Amino acid sequence: MRRLAVTLALIVVACGTGPAAAERLVVSLSNHRVAVTSSFVGEELVLFGTIEPDPITSPLRPPYDLVVTVTGPRQTLRTRRKERVLGIWVNIDSREFERAPSYLAVLTNRPVGAIANQNTLRRLQIGLDNFLLPQRIGADIADTIPDDPSRRAFVRLQNQQGLYRESGTAVTFLTPTVFRAAIPMPAAVPTGSYGIDVQLFSGGAVVARTNSALEVIKTGFEQYVADAARDYGLLYGMATAMMALLIGWFASLVFARD
Amino acid sequence: MQIYLPIADLPVNIFLVLGMGLAVGYISGMFGIGGGFLMTPLLIFIGISPAVAVATVSSHIAASSFTGAISYWRKRALDVALAMMLLSAGIVGTATGVWLFTELRALDQLDLMIGLSYVTLLTIVGSVMIYESVRAVMRTRRGMPATLRRPGSHTWLHGLPFKLRFKRSKIYVSAIPVWAIGFIIGFVGAIMGIGGGFLLVPMLIYFLRVPTATVIGTSMVLTLVTMASATVMHAATNHLVDVVLALILMVGGVIGAQFGARTGQKMRGERLRLLLGLLVFAVGCRFAYELVVRPDDLYSIRYVRNE
Repeated sequence: MRRLAVTLALIVVACGTGPAAAERLVVSLSNHRVAVTSSFVGEELVLFGTIEPDPITSPLRPPYDLVVTVTGPRQTLRTRRKERVLGIWVNIDSREFERAPSYLAVLTNRPVGAIANQNTLRRLQIGLDNFLLPQRIGADIADTIPDDPSRRAFVRLQNQQGLYRESGTAVTFLTPTVFRAAIPMPAAVPTGSYGIDVQLFSGGAVVARTNSALEVIKTGFEQYVADAARDYGLLYGMATAMMALLIGWFASLVFARD
Repeated sequence: MQIYLPIADLPVNIFLVLGMGLAVGYISGMFGIGGGFLMTPLLIFIGISPAVAVATVSSHIAASSFTGAISYWRKRALDVALAMMLLSAGIVGTATGVWLFTELRALDQLDLMIGLSYVTLLTIVGSVMIYESVRAVMRTRRGMPATLRRPGSHTWLHGLPFKLRFKRSKIYVSAIPVWAIGFIIGFVGAIMGIGGGFLLVPMLIYFLRVPTATVIGTSMVLTLVTMASATVMHAATNHLVDVVLALILMVGGVIGAQFGARTGQKMRGERLRLLLGLLVFAVGCRFAYELVVRPDDLYSIRYVRNE
């Protein structure tokens, strides 16, 4: 216990000399649960937050920049590239993206490149170009340069689906220390747990960091159907087939008088 | 009006899907085909994943072919004995097809194989049908009987052993070609994810000389049984049948099929075959176009697994 206290004291001292201990982030999400119902067509969540001095007496150092990175549940996806063979377009090679986030939003108050230098961005995985997307290349798993064609194609295709996005205007500072971030949830948003990573920058370096989480779930009838399909596949299939027959029979009854 | 599909995981416009069900149902009732080769590409086009589309379409086809079969049954335009014979071989064909499907999938070239088999089958079947029916239409123009079928006209198929008499269709043929056709339909259907009606109808007409009057109803019985069992199999193995999507498609499909069946029975056989031939050929060309023309995006993403 004493050793822990000493370590903590050392950390506090170490941080106290640097800039890292002067600010604290307090954030609150408008809704921690996105319920996917039969009328779900997408939703926008709002993250509110303030920048507070920590300890309370230390001075604030605006202007600040804020980076909110939202990541959805991990999936393994494969990009395939077509090439012409004997006049026909055929999938020639494919790359597997291991444990890539199914949803990735990088929301900032100004373009990512203006917030910090490239090394910092790369190290902190900020921005779609810098986020770690490991690919399986043969037996190895590694991320490639941002210009790698299959990585670029992957990000572009996910972006077209509204699943990957980078916005330099999604975060607004209401006062120099109060901000709001709009998190768009498209209609095709995957269900599961999402992580929200909030990083505060001042003068091109991170000065505070916090995180939050949200959950996208199916509710009511949608949940019931999805569970039934997964857990009782055979019964579900037989019920669907019976429904098909009933509807077919019913229609022929309705149309029988002629 | 948007409605969220619980298995496909995306919202669709309910009236758009209903309209697609109606249109494809009409065509399927008219020609006695399942319409899977039309519906599956349409669903993929509106953003539903191919796997969910194929699995769900089977239940839609089951519904519209059941209502079609009932109306043909009422009009005594259905040969149960022939349908049962075809089915018994069809089941063996389906099992073989499912096995090959799994093997091809492991090679990651299933899409290409499906595309190529669609093109080959649809264009060949389509052009043969167009050619034959145009000739038949020309003959009727010149005042000759529409078909060459005369009582007692025989092909080599009639020389085969194990002959059976199908009273409703007024044919007396060997069990061997009946079995072969049933097997091919089951096999091709499982590989391409279609009911196979558009193949079965011409095969029954040209090889077995089944009269146009009973061929459509009989084909519908076969489609009904294969597609109902496909629904159960897809739901039990892949869990990809979307019951909400299926319901919307079915309601549209059965209504469409009722009207389609009436139009089909009013039309002359050779005209009907010409139309179906043109439709099949057009869809075949559409698939060929996709294979040959440079795609908008050379890259595509395929879901592998959740972590």
